[in-house]
Amino acid sequence: MGLEEKLPNGILLTTVEKLVNWSRKTSMWPATFGLACCAIEMMTTGGSRYDIARFGMERFSATPRQADLMIVAGRVSNKMAPVLRQIYDQMPEPRWVLSMGVCASSGGMFNNYAIVQGVDHVVPVDIYLPGCPPRPEMLLDAILKLHAKVMDEPLGPARAALKAERGERTELIPSSVRYAPRGAGK
Amino acid sequence: MGMLDPLKGFGVTLSTMFKKVATEEYPEVKKVTAPRYHGRHQLNRHPDGLEKCVGCELCAWACPADAIFVEGGDNTDEERYSPGERYGKDYQINYLRCIGCGLCIEACPTRSLTMTNEFELADDDRRRLIYTKEQLLAPLLPGMEAPPHPMRLGENEQDYYVHGPELARRAGVPEGRIVETGTEEAGR
Repeated sequence: MGLEEKLPNGILLTTVEKLVNWSRKTSMWPATFGLACCAIEMMTTGGSRYDIARFGMERFSATPRQADLMIVAGRVSNKMAPVLRQIYDQMPEPRWVLSMGVCASSGGMFNNYAIVQGVDHVVPVDIYLPGCPPRPEMLLDAILKLHAKVMDEPLGPARAALKAERGERTELIPSSVRYAPRGAGK
Repeated sequence: MGMLDPLKGFGVTLSTMFKKVATEEYPEVKKVTAPRYHGRHQLNRHPDGLEKCVGCELCAWACPADAIFVEGGDNTDEERYSPGERYGKDYQINYLRCIGCGLCIEACPTRSLTMTNEFELADDDRRRLIYTKEQLLAPLLPGMEAPPHPMRLGENEQDYYVHGPELARRAGVPEGRIVETGTEEAGR
């Protein structure tokens, strides 16, 4: 937009920021980057039983140019790493990366010469999801936690600097607690 | 090709409208996993609050992903964390390596390490996903006392293991209940 960069620190577009973040989080299209067994769980999450479309992820984008969120599902081999980076570079800003499963997050049990020990060596990761493979509910939980992070994202460098100065961190509450119906539970 | 075939398709759609919806309402309704689901780990306690972990590192040896780090320590009469000689001084599980296979649970000789049904572990920081001993230890139930404290239920560690269930009854754990209690059961 550019406007928020020219404004002084005192004038903050907090409501606009909220609106922008809300629209970003409620329509976040994922790019498929299924590499191994985690991709099976990711496909299940897109199916009717878990129905990822409930969270505004209407369709898995086959092209990175129309995607906002890259779900790296599976082990990344050294040969795949440049491809992964290229796909990430082709995605338009703002973009997010979800590292799904232990192999993508840290190499998991494959501590050997062929596997990249964590996809964060190649691309910046916004949220790590452990599990081998994580069940669809775990993926939904990670996506909802990422939504909470997106809602707290600052708009423009002035706000970002202010937030970094305060050292704020988004509280990541388990989704079943966060979205528990009111009046239920203990 | 019959004349009514195009209408048949509408019939399928219409009848589906009256069928039960298959979608799980996950974040609003918590998914109850199978009772023996391989979720987050837990370090259990004896009925008096002493830790069951003896720091033998068998779990770390069994782990195919090298996700567990254990450092044993010596119990003294003044500072006792578990019955017997040794206790787990430092205990860490890296959830970015753990594949939830359960081999550590099978290897544990004192049934100190078990798995809970908790699965919502996603986080945005690698460091926060290395769980330390404080995070993994079971909550203190009524009648338990935080270690270090002397052995309350017997003279030596043999008493704890040989007469374990009996001692638990005497300490007030009701019949049929287990001491390996997670956060969910402790809240009941």
